[in-house]
Amino acid sequence: MEDNLLFDAIERYRNGQMDEKEELFFEELKKNNPEIDQMVAEHSFFLDELERMSEQKKLRHNLKEAENKLINEGFISGSNGKTKAKIIYLWNRYRRTIAVAAAIACIVSLSTATVISKYSENKKEAVITPLVDHKLNQFEYKLNEIEHKLKDATTAAAPARPKFKADFRATGFLIDGRGYLITNAHVVENAKNLIVENKKGDQFYAQQVYSNSTTDLAILKITDTSFQQVNGLPYTFPRSAAELAEPIFTLGYPREEVVYGEGYLSAKSGYYGDTTSYQISISANPGNSGGPVINQNGEVIGIISSKETNADGVVFAIKTQNIYDALKQVKKDKDITIKPPTVNTLKGLNRVKQIKKLEDFVYKVKGN
Amino acid sequence: MKTIEQEAILIKGLAANDTEAIETIYRDNFTVIKAFIIKNNGYTDDALDVFQEAMIVLFEKAKSGSFTLSCQLQTYLYSICRRLWLKKLQKQNRFNPSIETIEEIVPVDDEIEYHEKKNSDFLFMESALKKIGEPCKSLLEAFYLEKKSMPEIADLFGYTNADNAKTQKYKCLVRLKKIFFAQYKNKD
Repeated sequence: MEDNLLFDAIERYRNGQMDEKEELFFEELKKNNPEIDQMVAEHSFFLDELERMSEQKKLRHNLKEAENKLINEGFISGSNGKTKAKIIYLWNRYRRTIAVAAAIACIVSLSTATVISKYSENKKEAVITPLVDHKLNQFEYKLNEIEHKLKDATTAAAPARPKFKADFRATGFLIDGRGYLITNAHVVENAKNLIVENKKGDQFYAQQVYSNSTTDLAILKITDTSFQQVNGLPYTFPRSAAELAEPIFTLGYPREEVVYGEGYLSAKSGYYGDTTSYQISISANPGNSGGPVINQNGEVIGIISSKETNADGVVFAIKTQNIYDALKQVKKDKDITIKPPTVNTLKGLNRVKQIKKLEDFVYKVKGN
Repeated sequence: MKTIEQEAILIKGLAANDTEAIETIYRDNFTVIKAFIIKNNGYTDDALDVFQEAMIVLFEKAKSGSFTLSCQLQTYLYSICRRLWLKKLQKQNRFNPSIETIEEIVPVDDEIEYHEKKNSDFLFMESALKKIGEPCKSLLEAFYLEKKSMPEIADLFGYTNADNAKTQKYKCLVRLKKIFFAQYKNKD
């Protein structure tokens, strides 16, 4: 209780409520008693703080009142609606970013517009590349020529070898042993002379009997008299659609040598949802065009035609169904009956054996 | 622009917590501060906060009695607001090195430092008061802040007599001081 009285005294002393005599006595007490002196200091400080806090609270209240009054008057605008200030703030903060973004957007849209307008008429060519090899390796060509000359010298009964310089190279394969080959329309269009070459290096003149740039299918006929009918085409042409994820392989001539490639069927439609073709995942290069896409049962499910330029491993193959349409058309237009093989001798063989049987029927297509 | 005398009156008014003086200071100076804050990555609400704090700084200065303005009130407020806003930006890691200064400024670092220290004390006292709870809080406020007499308080809080109220007030005061000084010492 003594503390109580002391606090009381300190408060009265601090507020100047003591009379002179009492004040003198209290000061004397302070002087002689450091403990009390410290208590006085501490309590005074505490009361100062308490009062200061109260005053500040009152001030904050008043400030808030003044603010509200001015906001209501409209003198201070945009407090409740941060929007205007916020936009200025965001603008200030991000104006450089915005400027850069706008510049990029501008460039992108302009260049996109240019590209689109440039290629809109033939967008298929723009994004997808036909797989015909137009850059024939001169070295390979010469090598071939020498080989042929050597062969000429050693073999007496060599088939006729038309001598001409080819501009492009692609792939084709027999559909009928009498000399009918399947390849792509884009391969043979604009070609004056066509030569097909088998694995052994025998070359034959060929002519197109059918070409459809919509389906991108062409049928060639070997016109060379040296060509002898071949029998025993090992593959068949199924009428039913292929299944997603089916393993597939192909043979083709992306170079002078026949090249094997394998992959899988990745989509049942082609470029831009084109239902007349499949999307397959396989390594294909210029020269693979017109190559057969064969499943593990030895059925030709499609013909390689093109690949997407700016995507990896996206290759398109024309569905086999289109071949039947083409055959019908040929029958109708030219009264030529082409009979696709009906017996499949590849089924059940391992891949190496399949290829051995197959490679005699896949031809290199060249032309100028 | 107000004359030096007029501004001195305003500051005195602020020290006395006079609402009219506060309103006038707001009217005269807020627009400039707001323009500054918004120009430097702030919202209107930020401007209000900063201005309010600057007013508290000014209030504390004015309270100390010895304060006389060595420059125009607007320059002084602007300097304080600029300093406060810079600090706030730094705290938020949004420091804008090219902070734009459209007005002349005077050094106000001492004021800001003092204010920051005192501001934390203010928070200590406020939280200590909250911690002791009712009726202690109201009782102490009534006696120390509203300066009510003991018989008045006894009547208000329903104590049988003034002595009773005094005893109660004493108990509350001891508790409050204990909490306040505990926080105050922990700070260092």
